[in-house]
Amino acid sequence: MAVCVAVIAKENYPLYIRSIPTENELKFHYMVHTSLDVVDEKISAMGKALVDQRELYLGLLYPTEDYKVYGYVTNSKVKFVMVVDSSNTALRDNEIRSMFRKLHNSYTDVMCNPFYNPGDRIQSRAFDGMVTSMMIQVC
Amino acid sequence: MEAAAGGLCGSGPPLLLSEGEQQCYSELFARCAGASGGGPGPGPPEAARAAPGAATAAAGPVADLFRASQLPAETLHQITELCGAKRVGYFGPTQFYVALKLIAAAQSGLPVRIESIKCELPLPRFMMSKTDAEIRFGNTAELHGTKVQIPYLITEKNTFKRIDDEDKQQETQSPSMSPLASPPSSPPHYQRVPLSHGYSKLRSSTEQMHSAPYEARQPLVQPEGPSTGGPGAKPPRHQASLIRSFSVERELQDNSTSYPDEPWRITEEQREYYVNQFRSLQPDPSSFISGSVAKNFFTKSKLSIPELSYIWELSDADCDGALTLPEFCAAFHLIVARKNGYPLPEGLPPTLQPEYLQAAFPKPKWECALFDSYSESIPANQQPRDLNRMEKLSIKDMADFPVPTQDVTGDDKQALKSATDEALPKDMSEDSATPKDSNSLKARPRSRSYSSTSIEEAMKRGEDPPTPPPRPQKTHSRASSLDLNKVFQPSVPASKSGLLPPPPALPPRPCPSQSEQASEAEVHPQLNRAPSQAAESSPTKKEIPYSQPPSKPIRRKFRPENQATENQEPSTTVGGPASVATVKPHPAVQKQSSKQKKAIQTAIRKNKEANAVLARLNSELQQQLKEVHQERIALENQLEQLRPVTVL
Repeated sequence: MAVCVAVIAKENYPLYIRSIPTENELKFHYMVHTSLDVVDEKISAMGKALVDQRELYLGLLYPTEDYKVYGYVTNSKVKFVMVVDSSNTALRDNEIRSMFRKLHNSYTDVMCNPFYNPGDRIQSRAFDGMVTSMMIQVC
Repeated sequence: MEAAAGGLCGSGPPLLLSEGEQQCYSELFARCAGASGGGPGPGPPEAARAAPGAATAAAGPVADLFRASQLPAETLHQITELCGAKRVGYFGPTQFYVALKLIAAAQSGLPVRIESIKCELPLPRFMMSKTDAEIRFGNTAELHGTKVQIPYLITEKNTFKRIDDEDKQQETQSPSMSPLASPPSSPPHYQRVPLSHGYSKLRSSTEQMHSAPYEARQPLVQPEGPSTGGPGAKPPRHQASLIRSFSVERELQDNSTSYPDEPWRITEEQREYYVNQFRSLQPDPSSFISGSVAKNFFTKSKLSIPELSYIWELSDADCDGALTLPEFCAAFHLIVARKNGYPLPEGLPPTLQPEYLQAAFPKPKWECALFDSYSESIPANQQPRDLNRMEKLSIKDMADFPVPTQDVTGDDKQALKSATDEALPKDMSEDSATPKDSNSLKARPRSRSYSSTSIEEAMKRGEDPPTPPPRPQKTHSRASSLDLNKVFQPSVPASKSGLLPPPPALPPRPCPSQSEQASEAEVHPQLNRAPSQAAESSPTKKEIPYSQPPSKPIRRKFRPENQATENQEPSTTVGGPASVATVKPHPAVQKQSSKQKKAIQTAIRKNKEANAVLARLNSELQQQLKEVHQERIALENQLEQLRPVTVL
């Protein structure tokens, strides 16, 4: 369902970015990059209150004519950005949320690995597999 | 290979290799390449990491091999340069063969030049063990014959394993591969034996010493006589380890029943070894190893971090950042396999699943032989030993809690324990004693205390208890501060605030004592009233002159004793109403086992002693306070006398 999935670290550099192999993957990278601004905006807007009140799921960050970009931020300011094909109208908010939840769970599993240093690129095969499962459904 | 060698030889002079040389070189190259994770031919995917395209030999094993040739370092450098490895950056087949030829030339005394390799040279000699390596090299055909008996079920690994077995049968110094106990890669030691054939594992003597305890630690498997008989005289240790490795490898393959994945099946010996390693990291086999501890441990295996990360991912099934025993065994086994060149699986093999492992090996066997060998290698670690002692205590008698909490440094505890508790003293003294004896004994109490089977206790009692005093003190202090934390949570903060080393502070005592009120009430009649009264009277006398509140904790402590003795004037008045309450539990108390009573008696005695000490201290401090008061009064008087003079 997702066309591109990216995990951005707190310092706004990518820990993991993967998109379906199309001819113009760079376009997705740009979209993710620009979406970071929107994410920050949302965080700062909501973050004035206590962090607890801030919801992890940010929702639709911005739509383009072909794609929609959804965002999710964890409590440690690690951001998940997902680019979804707009033509896939069957996707509802709940499904996006569940996908983000799966991402978050896999991310925590990666974190649990003592050999993973936070800030490194994510090279976990399990994580890869999970992301693939999310993206393969695009067909 | 010949064609390949000739074909790749474009850059240098053509290599003319005889039959024997060709065979020998290709084997050596296969091993060198194999150890690096690649294969001589289309190896597993990981081989691609070594170098793109053609097979290469990793620098590590190649360097070891060269060192085994016993040529001086400069010569080896020259050879490396000449063969072109430095130029291209890796040891391809060409470079490797040229290097071997140059080594042969150097060993024959010829100067190291490209031209030398054109001559007819004997095979290069690599000293790997005390045996005659030449024989080994020469007898490749012989070895081929002997090893074939081993069944191989994994077809793609056939050639690989064949070489492995061949190597295994030859005693090399690979047994001297150090265990994980010492930094160099140890876990796969016994399986690396095959790969190290031809590798000059000329480790330093220290490493050999490390390996010695490791091998001693390895349980002796049934000796595979003929194949491991090997050429020449070898140190029995190496032989034993090789025998072990050989049998392990064989069993590894023979154990395949329903699962086609032999390399992923853990044999009994491997399992024992893994369990021992687990215990060295975490004494409680039912607990787990934290991530950082495991990371440090597995990093010693010298695998790359991404690989270790992947192995962790495979083995930590519940993704909790910690390894239980089956998870640890699986991870260890994966590391072992990886070091032997097997590519890591995509998913955790069924034989390595935690459930399978737990079912297959439900209860580890604790054998004396295991301990003896195991103890040598484990670094002295008294903390887990004490923890075990603590655990043992907690297992044995819940009422013992007050006892250890009060004696932080352990002297009194040691004495009391040995005096009162029958089951414990021998264990304790043995536990404390044996570590003092030697390193080898040190691990025994720790390993034994893991299970509280009768066999364990019988074994412990069989030991002679040497003099305990200094050792337990040292360990107890640590144990009390650290291990007691885990076991007796409430007592820790109190114990640390104790005034004197033996007795802890007052606060914890009322709690356990109150809980034991009922039991104490019944036990007290059995105790000597006199000492208890004496102990009570002195502190209570002190109590009287001072205000009531500070002495309340003490009084509360004495209340149960007072009730039993029924002779304290101030206390009984306060304890009067409480005595009624304690009478009721009497019938219930009478049902307690004698063991608990004894423990309670111990506790009571200890409490009394502590009380007596504290009372003495109290009196001394009061005395000092009085003196200070008097001084103060004197000074004030002086001041009064002086003041009128100055004012006027």
